[in-house]
Amino acid sequence: MSDEKTDDKSDKNESARPAEERNLEAAKAEAGTGSGVGQSAPDQSPENVPAPTGEVRAVGARHGMFGVAGSGDTSGYGGLVSATVFPAPSQKPYGGWFDEVAGALEARLEATELTAAIESVVVHRGEITFHVRREDLPFVAQMLRDDEALRFEFCSGVSGVHYPEDTGRELHAVYHLTSMTHNRRIRVEVTAPDSDPHLPSLVSIYPTLDWHERETYDMFGLVFDGHPALTRVLMPDDWPGHPQRKDYPLGGIPVEYKGGSIPPPDQRRSYN
Amino acid sequence: MTTEQDFYAAPGDTSQGRVFTVTGQDWDSITQSIGESADERVVVNMGPQHPSTHGVLRLILELEGETVTEARCGIGYLHTGIEKNMEYRSWVQGVTFCTRMDYLSPFYNEATYVLGVERLLDIEDDIPEKAQVMRVLLMELNRMSSHLVAIATGGMEIGALTVMTIGFRERELVLDLFELITGLRMNHAFFRPGGVAQDLPPGALDEIRDFIALMKKRLPEYAALCNANPIFKGRLEGVGHLDLAGCLALGITGPVLRSTGYAWDLRKTQPYCGYEDYDFEVQTWDTADSYGRFRIRLNEMWESLKIVEQCADRLAGLEGAPVMVGDKKIAWPSQLAIGSDGMGNSLDHIRHIMGESMEALIHHFKLVTEGFRVPAGQAYVPVESPRGELGAHVVSDGGTRPFRAHFRDPSFTNLQATSVMSEGGMVADVIVAIASIDPVMGGVDR
Repeated sequence: MSDEKTDDKSDKNESARPAEERNLEAAKAEAGTGSGVGQSAPDQSPENVPAPTGEVRAVGARHGMFGVAGSGDTSGYGGLVSATVFPAPSQKPYGGWFDEVAGALEARLEATELTAAIESVVVHRGEITFHVRREDLPFVAQMLRDDEALRFEFCSGVSGVHYPEDTGRELHAVYHLTSMTHNRRIRVEVTAPDSDPHLPSLVSIYPTLDWHERETYDMFGLVFDGHPALTRVLMPDDWPGHPQRKDYPLGGIPVEYKGGSIPPPDQRRSYN
Repeated sequence: MTTEQDFYAAPGDTSQGRVFTVTGQDWDSITQSIGESADERVVVNMGPQHPSTHGVLRLILELEGETVTEARCGIGYLHTGIEKNMEYRSWVQGVTFCTRMDYLSPFYNEATYVLGVERLLDIEDDIPEKAQVMRVLLMELNRMSSHLVAIATGGMEIGALTVMTIGFRERELVLDLFELITGLRMNHAFFRPGGVAQDLPPGALDEIRDFIALMKKRLPEYAALCNANPIFKGRLEGVGHLDLAGCLALGITGPVLRSTGYAWDLRKTQPYCGYEDYDFEVQTWDTADSYGRFRIRLNEMWESLKIVEQCADRLAGLEGAPVMVGDKKIAWPSQLAIGSDGMGNSLDHIRHIMGESMEALIHHFKLVTEGFRVPAGQAYVPVESPRGELGAHVVSDGGTRPFRAHFRDPSFTNLQATSVMSEGGMVADVIVAIASIDPVMGGVDR
């Protein structure tokens, strides 16, 4: 769907497109050519230098500086667009024991002809993240736990993250695994689209995920297929919606002064 | 009052059996009614308001006589949406929220969060030594206060009220130190990305040394009162058994894991805040039961005392050293001083920004209202809280607020062991098993 949209755009007259979209693309291109990621990356240490175009994972953008639009702001700051760019996939060698883990995992995946299971590997701030295809998650987790060179026998739980602008992969589930045998820690990240919020459950591999998956279902609406009893765990059973999603409506607060009310936090004037 | 009408479970909602609503002083009629029925199986709802469930925890127990055949937890009664709230506050303000989760170990909540933020900011190596030592000092004092409550409330729940009174007596001393150093007894919001909020106040080291001396006299009292006490041992030994395989499968950490004899302690295995520089032992026990967990907590308090002593010695040589990172784009600009009215204020700083430097005023305004930006990415830096691995999964989109902060709370994970620890045992042992897990519901529900 997103591909169609882009094709569509290129056919149109440049001036007919909304200014926001142009700015967003300009910002993305700028991030790609190495002239800095919007406002947020003043330092040029190696891991902060943007990756080449095409590998940058931009998920949305921020507009303006003050969280308001249409205020008649003539300063120009309201027109600022900064792309939200997450660390790009890393290239081998990853360094240290990261290569051992990645190598052992790849060797096992090659043996079973599942090399596509690992979509990308991100090394950032000394932590390694494996982005795993969701249908292969149980297989990869089983191997991470059981393989002698890997032995990630301890799972710290799953944490959901909702990226509403990461089209086609809005819902992320992030697992933190620890190998107590080798004293290593990795992160496994899986995504699911909002339109099909299903992930395979890992409770049979890591029983500790029972409540963690229930919590992620409760807060994000991610359905873990194969979970023994996927019910809400923190919110009341009859609660509508999934509160930690970014599109969950927030409430304002009425104040006892001339019927006024404090707007919900996402509608208040604030920096962004 | 015994009745068949239950306001909370309408007739259609209860699929089987008779519903008794117990309101107190009606045991005669209850026992009579139950006696009439031949079925030994009773489903008991315990909590969420119950003095023995260690907080607002609801237990649904299926009993055959006095034997528990099934135990399930109902949680969520203390859910406050802290993680969601943090997404609408600046990175610094986040500390104020997360400190309130596990209210018995506030410093650990702050520590794991600020360590994650510091990793994303890439300033981990720039944190001043004094800030790290003060963090360790406060965390280890906090471990003592938390273990004291674990032992105290655990004792109270099995009827040992003296353990409760002396436990809270000593905890009060720790809270007095917290009040002296941070200004608050709980919910300190004292750790900040980049360091700690304030320098050590004058006289604090003397108070800490007095406390260490006093605790060295007081800690043996717990050992004398409990360690060989036949009633205490009778209630705790062999209760709530969970072996190493069970712990790993269920993701259990902390004293429960160490009671299986496995010396896994993040302070040793994956040191943070400079823990590698301190001399202490990881405490283990080999019985994998509630008694072992009690002894581990008692021994860990001694180890914490050792670390606190080393911190005090190091702090004595660090007088006047900075407690906040040097980067002025991150460091909170003001340092509070006590004014003549006894209230905290930053008079020097106010004089500087109001009378001397326009740029300083702009900088102060921007940093306080907007906050700093954190480069996009995610980090997870767990710490060894008194209950086990506490970690914050911190995600930034490059903005001035956390995009997502998820806390892996050890109470939440460890509480999953309730069923395996108590099924097949006596109903009275459920209380002991849960007390040995030491869940704090503020952390469980967040």
